[in-house]
Amino acid sequence: MIAKSLKRTSLNDTLYIMPFIILLLIFSYYPLFGWVYAFFDYRPPKPLTLDAWVGFKWFKSMADTAVKRRQLMQVMANTFGISGLNLLFSWFPMIFAVFFNEMRSPRYRKFIQTITTLPNFVSWVLVYSIAYALLNSNGAVNAVLLKIGLIDMPITFLQSSKHIWLSMFFWMTWKNAGWSAVMYLAAISGIDEQMIEAARVDGASKLQIIMRITIPSLLPTYFVLVMLSLANFLSNGMEQFFVFQNAFNKDSIQVLDLYVYNIAMGSGGYSLSTAVSVLKSVVSVGLLALVNTASKKVRGEGFI
Amino acid sequence: MIEETIGLGKGAIRVKKTKIVSEDDVVTIAAYIFYTIFALICLYPFYYILINSISANDISERGKVIFYPVGVHFSNFIRVFKIPDLVNAAKISVLRTAIGSFATVFASGFLGYMFTKPSVWMRKLWYRMVVGTMYFNAGIIPWYLTMHNLRLTNNFLAYILPTIISPFFVVLCKTFVESTPKELQEAAVIDGAGTLGIFFRVLLPVIKPILATVAIFTAVGQWNSFQDTLLLMTDPKLNTLQFTLYRYLNQANSLKNLINTGGTAVMAQNLSNAQTATSIRMTVTVVVVTPVILIYPIFQRFFVKGIMIGSVKG
Repeated sequence: MIAKSLKRTSLNDTLYIMPFIILLLIFSYYPLFGWVYAFFDYRPPKPLTLDAWVGFKWFKSMADTAVKRRQLMQVMANTFGISGLNLLFSWFPMIFAVFFNEMRSPRYRKFIQTITTLPNFVSWVLVYSIAYALLNSNGAVNAVLLKIGLIDMPITFLQSSKHIWLSMFFWMTWKNAGWSAVMYLAAISGIDEQMIEAARVDGASKLQIIMRITIPSLLPTYFVLVMLSLANFLSNGMEQFFVFQNAFNKDSIQVLDLYVYNIAMGSGGYSLSTAVSVLKSVVSVGLLALVNTASKKVRGEGFI
Repeated sequence: MIEETIGLGKGAIRVKKTKIVSEDDVVTIAAYIFYTIFALICLYPFYYILINSISANDISERGKVIFYPVGVHFSNFIRVFKIPDLVNAAKISVLRTAIGSFATVFASGFLGYMFTKPSVWMRKLWYRMVVGTMYFNAGIIPWYLTMHNLRLTNNFLAYILPTIISPFFVVLCKTFVESTPKELQEAAVIDGAGTLGIFFRVLLPVIKPILATVAIFTAVGQWNSFQDTLLLMTDPKLNTLQFTLYRYLNQANSLKNLINTGGTAVMAQNLSNAQTATSIRMTVTVVVVTPVILIYPIFQRFFVKGIMIGSVKG
C-alpha cells in the first residue's frame, strides 16, 4: 500500500518543481531563440522586425574582404595554437598525479595538494592581477632578471604579442594542473593494491610499477579527457583572454570566443557576432559527433 | 633492496648507510624536489601580493619588495575600505554569494529529491531537460540579448536567477538522494508526512554532506563571477569586487580614477599622499582573494569528495 502511494502521480508534487522548470526554460532554452539574430540586421535599440531579415548575409560577410579574411585567419590561428598547446601537454596532469604518491609523507602530500589546487579557485581577474604584479616592468620577475644581469631593460611580458600563446598556456597550467591531477589521483586510489603488492614482491622497481601498472590503468581516463578537449577545440572560453588582452597583444590573444565578444560589444555587430557563434556551435557539435564515433571505433564505447 | 635487509635494530641501520642510493630513492627525491618547486610557483605569487600590500608604499611602487615585507604597515587596508565604490562592490559580492549560493543549494537539493519521486508527472522529461543544458549553450550574445529583453540588465536579480538551476549539482544531489535508504522516506510516509515534510525534516539532515559540497562550489563560483557583470551591468552600483578590481587594474592611472569616482576631493587628496597605483592594486587583490583562501583549506575535503562523486557518476 505504501509502495502504491509512493507511485501515484501527484499534482502537488508536480507543481512544486514547476517554478524551477520555468526558470530553466527562461534562462537555458529561451536564449536559444537568440540565434535568429544571426539572420537579421539587428540594431538595438530598434526592436527586431521582419523587414530586417537578411538571410545568410552575415555568414557570407565573415570573410568577404581581404582584411576580414586575414583577421579571421589570425583568430583561427590563435584558437588552434592555444588549444593545440593544451592538447600537446594534456598528459601533464596525469604525470603530475602518477609521481605524486612517491612522496612518502602523507602530511606533506596533503600540504602540496592543498597549495597546488588553490589557484584553480581564484578567478581569471585575480590571475591577471597576480600576473600583472609579477610581470610588469617593476615586478618581481623583471627585478630579479635585472639584478642578476640577464637583461638590461625590463621585458614587457604583458604588453607584447610575442610568446602570448605560451604565456596563456603557462597561466592555464598554473591555474588548472593541480586540480586536474585530483581526478587522476582518485583513479589511482582505485587501482587494486594487491596488483602493486604482487609486482613489488616480484622485485619490480617503482618506475616499473608506474610504467606497467599505474599509467596503463589511467589511460582510459586520459583518453576520455583528450577526446573531450578535441570536441571543445574551438572553445577556449573568453574570460582569460579578455582580462589579459590589451592594445599591444590583441592580435595574438584574440581567440574565437573573445572575437565573438569583441565584435558584439566592441563595435555593436550583434548579428555578425551571433552568426559567428552559431557557426562555432555547429562545428563544435560536428566535432563532438566525430570524436564520439572515433571513440566508439577505438574503445568500443562512446562517451556521451 | 633496503626493505629486504630489515634485521635487528643497529645492524639494519649500518646496512642502510653502506648501501648506494637505489633507483627508487632517486624517484622519491626527484618527486619531493619537483612538487616542492611546483608548489612554490603556485604559492609565491600570492605571497608576493601579500608582502607588497603591507610594505611601505614608496618601496613597493619601485618594485623592491620581493622576498620579505619592508616597512610593514596595515594602513592600506583601512584606506582602501574608505573608497566608496569598493565598499559597495564588496557588499554586492557578499550579497550575490550569500543569496545565490543559498538559492542554488536549495534548488539542487530539492530538485535532486523531487527527481527521485515517481509521483512527479513526466519526471523523466523534466530531468532530461535539466541534464540537457549541460551539453549546449546559446552563446554569450544571444544570452546578453535575452537578458536585455527580460529587463535583467542593471538588475541585481541577474546575478541570482540564471544561476539557480545548475544541472551538474542537480545530478549530484539526485545521485546522493538515491543512495539514501528508501526506508527513511517510507517511515515518514507512514507517520503522515507530506512531500515537503519529508524533504525538510527527514531528507535535509541526511543529504547535508552533498549540500555542503554544492554550497562551497557555488559560493566560489559566485564570488569569482566576472562575465555577467561585464556583459550586463553598466550601473557602477551593481559592480562586483572582481569587476572593480579589473577596472582598477586597467586604468593606467588608477589613482586619478579614484579621485574622479571615489567621493570627496578631501579624501582623494589624502589618498594620493600615501597611496600608489601599485599599493591599491595589491591591496584590492588581497581583499578579493582572501575569502577564497580562508574557506579553501577547511572545505578542501568537500572539493575532492565532489569531484569523486562526479567521476563515479560519469
